[in-house]
Amino acid sequence: MKAVKEEPNALGIETVDPDEVKQTLLAKVPTKVARKRAKQIVINKTGEDPEVPEIGANTRTIPGIITQRGCTYAGCKGVILGPTRDIVNITHGPIGCGFYSWLTRRNQTRPAGPDDYNFMTYCFSTDMQESDIVFGGEKKLRTAIQEAYDLFKPKAISIFSTCPVGLIGDDVHSVAREMKEKLGINVFAFSCEGYKGVSQSAGHHIANNGIFTHVVGLDDAVKGGKYRINLLGEYNIGGDAFEIDRILEDCGITVVSTFSGNSSYDEFANAHTADLNTIMCHRSINYVAEMMETKFGIPWIKINFLGAKACAKSLRKIARYFEDAELIERVEEVIARELPEVEKVAEEVSRRCEGKRAMLFVGGSRAHHYQELFAEIGMKTICAGYEFAHRDDYEGRKVLPFLKVDADSRNIEELEVHADPERYRPRKTAEDMERLQSEGFRFKDYDGMMPEMMKNTLVIDDISQHETEKLLEIYKPDVFCAGIKEKFAVQKSGIPMKQLHSYDSGGPYAGFRGAVNFYREIDRMVNSKVWKYIKAPWQESPELTARYACD
Amino acid sequence: MGKPAKSYVSTTNACKLCKPLGACLAFKGIEGAVPYLHGSQGCATYMRRYIISHFREPMDIASSSLGEKHAIYGGGPNLKLGLKNVITKYDCRLVGIATTCLTETIGDDTPMYLNEFRREFKDLLDSHDSPELVSVSTPSYSGTHMEGFHEALRAVVDQISRSGPRHSRITIMPGFVSPADTRYLKEIIGDFGMSATIFPDISTSLDGVAAVVYEKLASGGVPLSEIREMGASPASLEFGRTLDKAHTAAGLLENDYHIPCYSLGTPVGLRETDRFFETLSSLSHSPIPEKHEMERGRLIDAYVDAHKYSFGVRAVVYGEEDLVVGLTSFLAEIGVKVVLCASGGESGRLKEAVGSVTTDLLSEPPIVVEGVDFHEIAEIAERLHPDILIGNSKGYHLARRWGVPFVRVGFPIHDRFGGQRILHLGYRGAQSLLDGIVNAVIETRQEASDIGYTYY
Repeated sequence: MKAVKEEPNALGIETVDPDEVKQTLLAKVPTKVARKRAKQIVINKTGEDPEVPEIGANTRTIPGIITQRGCTYAGCKGVILGPTRDIVNITHGPIGCGFYSWLTRRNQTRPAGPDDYNFMTYCFSTDMQESDIVFGGEKKLRTAIQEAYDLFKPKAISIFSTCPVGLIGDDVHSVAREMKEKLGINVFAFSCEGYKGVSQSAGHHIANNGIFTHVVGLDDAVKGGKYRINLLGEYNIGGDAFEIDRILEDCGITVVSTFSGNSSYDEFANAHTADLNTIMCHRSINYVAEMMETKFGIPWIKINFLGAKACAKSLRKIARYFEDAELIERVEEVIARELPEVEKVAEEVSRRCEGKRAMLFVGGSRAHHYQELFAEIGMKTICAGYEFAHRDDYEGRKVLPFLKVDADSRNIEELEVHADPERYRPRKTAEDMERLQSEGFRFKDYDGMMPEMMKNTLVIDDISQHETEKLLEIYKPDVFCAGIKEKFAVQKSGIPMKQLHSYDSGGPYAGFRGAVNFYREIDRMVNSKVWKYIKAPWQESPELTARYACD
Repeated sequence: MGKPAKSYVSTTNACKLCKPLGACLAFKGIEGAVPYLHGSQGCATYMRRYIISHFREPMDIASSSLGEKHAIYGGGPNLKLGLKNVITKYDCRLVGIATTCLTETIGDDTPMYLNEFRREFKDLLDSHDSPELVSVSTPSYSGTHMEGFHEALRAVVDQISRSGPRHSRITIMPGFVSPADTRYLKEIIGDFGMSATIFPDISTSLDGVAAVVYEKLASGGVPLSEIREMGASPASLEFGRTLDKAHTAAGLLENDYHIPCYSLGTPVGLRETDRFFETLSSLSHSPIPEKHEMERGRLIDAYVDAHKYSFGVRAVVYGEEDLVVGLTSFLAEIGVKVVLCASGGESGRLKEAVGSVTTDLLSEPPIVVEGVDFHEIAEIAERLHPDILIGNSKGYHLARRWGVPFVRVGFPIHDRFGGQRILHLGYRGAQSLLDGIVNAVIETRQEASDIGYTYY
């Protein structure tokens, strides 16, 4: 994973003093704001000293500062449960929240057959009106659940609370219990009111806790496959999960369930039968892996399928875990088959991209993982940051014991999980785990983004619109990566902008074929000539306009 | 007209957006304005990403970012802190504050907080050229994005416009129309030799030019000076047959400042556009400019030419109520048989409005339903065997299911390119819609043929 790190003088930004940049970003903002932001804007230090500086993260956005962040509801309903096709998701609230989370992420799904449910193109809402706010919305919610059941007879129905629901005191959980009993299907609710957390990260947590509590473990049948894993924190944007599935299948590895790209209710219910949990997006789901280990004895490892080298490395790590010569050999065959084509394209694209500079401000792990892809075509990441990550995603899991628990984190329920009396089954003996670790195999490892970034790069948490504009002005990067809200502001600064939430209309970018797609996409963007034409010829040389033939 | 016979309590695939979104769009049509949502930060993020995906332009919306603590103790301090930061950063001319479900449910008194802010932060306001602070109450549980849009305009007029010596600039409130529509309205006004304030004006702020130097506040929009002077305008024109003057900006101007209000239908198609041009002609005391008479003539010529393709085509039309009325009026003119008019809005006036624009032309009025979602639209429409679907991107699944052509108009359009440049209004807009609809019909016939004819 060290592919990203290079010598500090290779940054290409030596003329820019990061301290000065930081001061510029903090200038002209009220003192209190500057004080808070100063903790979230960090000049990266790596090298001999293995410690990276501390960064302020997962703290509330300052009012009036235009943030990239969404809300708890968005994280719960939109991000985590959005990509699951066969649960009827009912938004309990006024219409906006449901409408805006109506398949607006480019999660893809592949129903098993024509009879398989797919509700992803639907938007169910109780569409609360003033009278519901005044007299309570539980009755309406009950009816909405009944109507959804009558229409579709789904396997499960889930309920998502919006701001007013918590304020007026609707007991969504008791309605869910009541309807579960009445209808005989699984019905569960999420208290994911938008005001609850710092960002969508709180919503991810609430959603995952809910799935863990209400769904995981309902189906004990161990289905086929020799090497059975779960893929956690992969959301199948632009078909990423399809490409990962293709590679894993070729290797003979079975994906029991994906949380939650291209997922289904039955897969969640069966997830606890897997023998290994692999984590893509550490931020959104590491706690699920922890809980599954405690309750069912499934170890977890961090993997990353973004970047061809990272992908190969992750496959080898999975094979190493299973300690099976056949699998190790098969994985090597797949890598040997896939890698040459990827490397050929990377080499060709590098000729045009080498030395160009990228900025990434996205997600809770994407800003880290995409640096791999840029590095593979010779591009440097000069500034990066997350939208909703916590300190461990920046500095690594070693900071976990030192994280401050504030009112916002206390707001999110921490489930108390114990070993399941019947179903807890350690997948490896303590001795085997220890031996593997002594051989350098790392369980539960994540070093975070900062140790892998170059010295003197800027790491900025929850970057604001204002700071984005300033960074673009100062560094003039060759490409800026964020989401659609930032896209057009960046492009109006004359800089190509790549969406890493929805991938614009592209993807997949994961896996080997995904890497090729990404290289070509970035090549197209950073070498675009369009910006040269913003000035009309007569604006370039004003004197020409005055010289007509007839003069 | 109420809901259809089989009525649902829940909403499946809504045919409306939320109230504060409309307010943000209205504020974006004011020069130097920053829309600001008083509530949870998710509202601002969701609405930004939604508006941006249609217009493909920057859209900043600030938020007071309330958390649980503020939901309990009130959002005043956050509102003020947010305002301070917005004013410091943007050097804006106006902050348009729209409330949300959260702040309305907890009962925040936003106007009171703003008064406190004006007192407490007088120095800050003075040092930033005294930006206006306008607030509008927009809980999503009461009305749709269109109510939010119109109420924001009314709030701006109510809180900013003043009486004064009469000037010659008329006021036009076209409703929620595209940037292309707004540019075209300006051209028409210019051709009449008139001057007008088109309020709001998103023609540049939401459809700007490419640049290398980013403008923190997109240029364009109605200057504040013109909004102040609306109270002394010679007349105001307001588009939308389903509007109630008791809730509109033009109604307020008429009531408070005695400015004659011309309530017109949204000028889509020939006859509604004729009424608009006649009004302009009478206000300007000048004939219809020849250029527009020619466009009108060409449009009628095209009506004649298109009739063999469009006549009898059965259409379902949905979207904002006033857009639906305008489209239905136009479709009736070209011989399309509108079988269903539907909207998520519930003004209570849609049926009457559709009736008034179709009685001359249709022997049988279309079915009109208000307050419906796409699930209900589908249930009704499937009995009516439509040949074409006309509306925003959200109806795509119906067209796909029925295998009929789909003509995209209005907002949101996020599955096609150029939604912000769709022209709906006037003779030119009708021409463009006509070409699009006829070609969609021809394309479907052509695709359905096994032979592959190239001559239609």
